[in-house]
Amino acid sequence: MSGLSQIVKTVSLVLFVPILTFGLYVVAHGHLTPGGGFQGGTVIATALALFLVAFGAKEFKRILGKDFLSAVESIGLLSFGALALLGLGTAFFANFLANSGGLFGKSVPVGANAGIFNSAGTIPLMNFAVGIEVASALSLVLLLMYLSEKGVGK
Amino acid sequence: MINEIALHSPALAIAIPLVFAFLLPLLKKWKKLAALMALIGFGAAETMAVLVFKSVLTEGIKVYVMGASSIGQTTPPFMPVPVRIILEIDAFSALMGLAGATIALLAAIYSIKFIKESHVKYYSLLLLMLAGLLGFVFTGDLFNLFVFFEVLSISSIGLIAFWLKRSEAVEAGFKYLTISAVASLFVLFAIGLLYGEHGILNIATISRDMLFYGFAFTDIIALGLLVCAFAMKCGTAPMHFWVPDAYGEAPAAVTAVLAIASLSSVYALLRIAFTVFGPLPHTEIIAYAVIIMGAISLFVGATMSLVQKDLKRLIAYAGVSQTGFILVAFGVGLVAINNVPLQAFGLRAMQGGLFHLINHAFYEALLFLVAGAIIYRAGTKDLNELGGLARQMPLTAVFFLIGAISIAGLPPSNGFASKILIYESIYFFSPLLAVIALISSVIVVVPMVKAFCSAFLGPEIKKFKSVKEVPGSMILAMLVLSIIVIFFGLFPGIMLESIVNPAVNALLNQAAYVGGVL
Repeated sequence: MSGLSQIVKTVSLVLFVPILTFGLYVVAHGHLTPGGGFQGGTVIATALALFLVAFGAKEFKRILGKDFLSAVESIGLLSFGALALLGLGTAFFANFLANSGGLFGKSVPVGANAGIFNSAGTIPLMNFAVGIEVASALSLVLLLMYLSEKGVGK
Repeated sequence: MINEIALHSPALAIAIPLVFAFLLPLLKKWKKLAALMALIGFGAAETMAVLVFKSVLTEGIKVYVMGASSIGQTTPPFMPVPVRIILEIDAFSALMGLAGATIALLAAIYSIKFIKESHVKYYSLLLLMLAGLLGFVFTGDLFNLFVFFEVLSISSIGLIAFWLKRSEAVEAGFKYLTISAVASLFVLFAIGLLYGEHGILNIATISRDMLFYGFAFTDIIALGLLVCAFAMKCGTAPMHFWVPDAYGEAPAAVTAVLAIASLSSVYALLRIAFTVFGPLPHTEIIAYAVIIMGAISLFVGATMSLVQKDLKRLIAYAGVSQTGFILVAFGVGLVAINNVPLQAFGLRAMQGGLFHLINHAFYEALLFLVAGAIIYRAGTKDLNELGGLARQMPLTAVFFLIGAISIAGLPPSNGFASKILIYESIYFFSPLLAVIALISSVIVVVPMVKAFCSAFLGPEIKKFKSVKEVPGSMILAMLVLSIIVIFFGLFPGIMLESIVNPAVNALLNQAAYVGGVL
């Protein structure tokens, strides 16, 4: 259960940061480029999967426990629901932040442009919520599958 | 404030159970608080369903556009077609939603004592199931129909296999998983075909397209796939094999909700046949298919129920036969709508079918809750082992008798009221069909008598001497269901006038459904 060799551990740690960064990029730019919360969350979960395979479940559980992952998953889902409910002033899921000038509130000019990161209102926030949910839920699934494969835990 | 809530009630009805379902895992450490929150969630969802039902009955079709700048703005500015997520609720969907929320609330109350372990996981899944059910019947968009269909199926699978230590439960869950996956793929493929043909997913817009331009060949394929998928999921013979397993192995309170979840597939079938495709001549072939499936279910369900030894499987098979009643009635209605001399009987058949659908949901739930009460106290559902329980559990025995009388269609129960409507109307369509229905209904009496006698009557058995009546929360859930069943049976005229007829008219009035959005 102590994971793979020192070489694999070191290389996986080297790869860990770029994969995580790429995942965060996909989540954050969901409203501008292909991708979004689900896809980015999956990329983040692959980084955690790499860590799990290289270091073993014991080390993984020491850093990210089952209960912790489950709680984070709930928080992601709840914040998605809360963002949808906050629009209730007009309608459920209404985008109350778009074009408001504040957070993610810039209005987008008509015509071709490179994409403005600080736009689209609640959509990027919802992408973050989905990203948190998918990343934690998928790592939880991977952890449980890993444990049942090794015949330990429960 | 109250007006605001009533305005947003369709969205809140789906959002509240979802949010509460996600909230519960955070309260894992505080079990009592989690159960309390779950009950609050079910209660709030029920309130929303009542508000929706009330406003639909008084004001007609209710449309809710998610994310729009006002909730009635179905088409965005400068766009000719609706593209947003739209909930469209007519009297039929509102009635289904209300029945679903009521049964789920009662099941949750029943579960307080009935479920002894993993409260959080259980209530979370049950809330998700309610959210899926309400979304499924409220949506006005084909793709959302598919999404909520999946939510409903997946949470049901988790609950059917809830007692993971029983290998039979896992097997039943796997069977349901397979049938759900196949049905979902059928639905998705059919939606893809419809989208390719019409370029939009809104039910009302597709319906208008078909009214104006008629059917294309791909539409007919889509219709066939959808009817197959929903018939599979509502448990009609010959696709009924999952019903006894899933109903038999799921915890009893879940089975009660599962029964209305299956009936919501009947709702989707009717929505597709009547609203999307409309009563055009092409749909007649579907009507005959539905009638034949219904007639087979009637007979197969009733006869298979006869030979069961397991109480819950016996009730499940009797339920298959009742689904047959509903399908036969609506099939006859679908044929008769285009056939002028039969039209009056067609309408009557549909009233009977819809009334039976609601009645079936309630008495099936009652019977399963009673079966759960027996399992809770006696620890077995094998009719060969049970006996003499009426001495220790008199109230449960009375509740079972009420449910059994209803499912067998004896007066003065609600089952009698709806079945007599069905008999007298389908007789004019085909006397043979009426005979099959009558015989099946008579056959269903036998397993019910058998179950009552072998579980509640007979000499006292030593093993069950110390058995007590079930706790108050379980009695309360069964009592409310019994009152509903008896009330529907004693005042069928009022029920027909006030809730059934609006629903039937809503189903038949395709133009109003289309007009709600466009």
